[in-house]
Amino acid sequence: MGYVWDFFAVARNADILLAGLGQTLLLSVCGIAVGVAIGGVLAAMRLSGRRTLSWPALAFTEFYRNTPPLVHFFWFFYGLPMAFGLTLPPFAAALAALGVQSAAFFAEVFRGGILSVETGQWEAGRALGMGRARLMRRIILPQAARRMAAPFVERSFELVKTTTLAAALAFHETIYSAMVIVTQTYRPLEVYTVVAGLFFIVLFSASQVAEWLEARGRRAGAR
Amino acid sequence: MTVAGDVVLQVEDLHKSFGSTEVLKGIDLSVRRGERIAILGSSGSGKSTLLRCLNVLEMPTRGRLILDGEAVGKPAAGGGTRYREAELNRLRARVGMVFQQFNLFPHMTALENVMEGPLSVLGRSRAEARRTAQRHLERVGLGGKAEAHPARLSGGQQQRVAIARALAMDPEVLLFDEPTSSLDPELVGEVLGVINDLSEDGRTMLLVTHELGFAYHFATRILFLHEGRILEDGPPEQVLKSPREERTRRFLDRFTAFRF
Repeated sequence: MGYVWDFFAVARNADILLAGLGQTLLLSVCGIAVGVAIGGVLAAMRLSGRRTLSWPALAFTEFYRNTPPLVHFFWFFYGLPMAFGLTLPPFAAALAALGVQSAAFFAEVFRGGILSVETGQWEAGRALGMGRARLMRRIILPQAARRMAAPFVERSFELVKTTTLAAALAFHETIYSAMVIVTQTYRPLEVYTVVAGLFFIVLFSASQVAEWLEARGRRAGAR
Repeated sequence: MTVAGDVVLQVEDLHKSFGSTEVLKGIDLSVRRGERIAILGSSGSGKSTLLRCLNVLEMPTRGRLILDGEAVGKPAAGGGTRYREAELNRLRARVGMVFQQFNLFPHMTALENVMEGPLSVLGRSRAEARRTAQRHLERVGLGGKAEAHPARLSGGQQQRVAIARALAMDPEVLLFDEPTSSLDPELVGEVLGVINDLSEDGRTMLLVTHELGFAYHFATRILFLHEGRILEDGPPEQVLKSPREERTRRFLDRFTAFRF
């Protein structure tokens, strides 16, 4: 098969693709922020020790962990207007879906990190007379944060890749931009290869930075 | 308020159950200021649980705890006691605890570990907390290790930092829960030495231990627990050398069986 690759077709439309990548990154950063905020609340509810708080949080988490993310996107974009007459622009709908869905995962990351701190640490803090909030802030969270780092990065990378589903809402992120270029150039192979390359570059560099930060954290912890 | 000899801690009819297992079956105990009490007993006798009930790390199932004449907790419906978080925090700030596993904060230096209580519980200034922390580290012989993280210290050194951390709160009562049980044998001596040196402060101390020889020299009073009850209570000379109860004798025999 003598397929002739033509990456110039992509290069000519690089501005569209890069604009899409910009939107992908914006959606990712906002999604992580929303996910972390809601996830923190969910984790606190799960750990509160009160059933009235922990059970709803558990139900929420389990629901979002066990349903396809594309459905969540469709709900916020197509479902809300039908059910409540509330129409969200594609970005807001994608952000809501992404934030809420990733919150379930971030909640588990936070909860896992906090629970991984030995009971002896809680007891040592309590034995000094420290209140719950102070104990959490001074003793537990600094230790939990280090253990959360790796799974947190992992979940964030998943989230960045999940943003591509926003293309289904006609949100102009990288995949949607790629589809636009494909319809103009009929070069799907080249376009999607470049898209994969772009994601690889972004996530691989991010993981290098994360690894460097983690190593630095480990060194600081073991002085 | 702090006269040596008056009762500092009183326990009345203390019970503690875990599920359907009753570990403490009615403990009555009066601790006088300045007493050094060693608590002995085989594993499962409830000695650690008793100690942990004294600063309410374990919630007693029933009974009363009185510190300095003030009852801890409010009687609740059904015969139990309700403890408020703030009240427990105040109690624990006055009743120090040294754990078997040290439980130092691994993300802090030795100095920061000792500073933490005065800083965040007693509200001392950073400079003052640092000064007293340094003094307490020197007291346990670790003035030179102030900037070391726990991971860089031996077990014995870690336990000495933990003792300094408890001392920094200037507690009225200091509890030791098998402080040398997880140490290599050659490190036991340095920790016992530090604990022994604290005797001269006249601080009230309760120590759960398996080191009978140390208990004999250190304690002013020995309790022998058996199946959740105090079976024997008296001066070391009497309890260790001429115990009244057969069970105490059998317990002591096990420790002296291989004497050479």
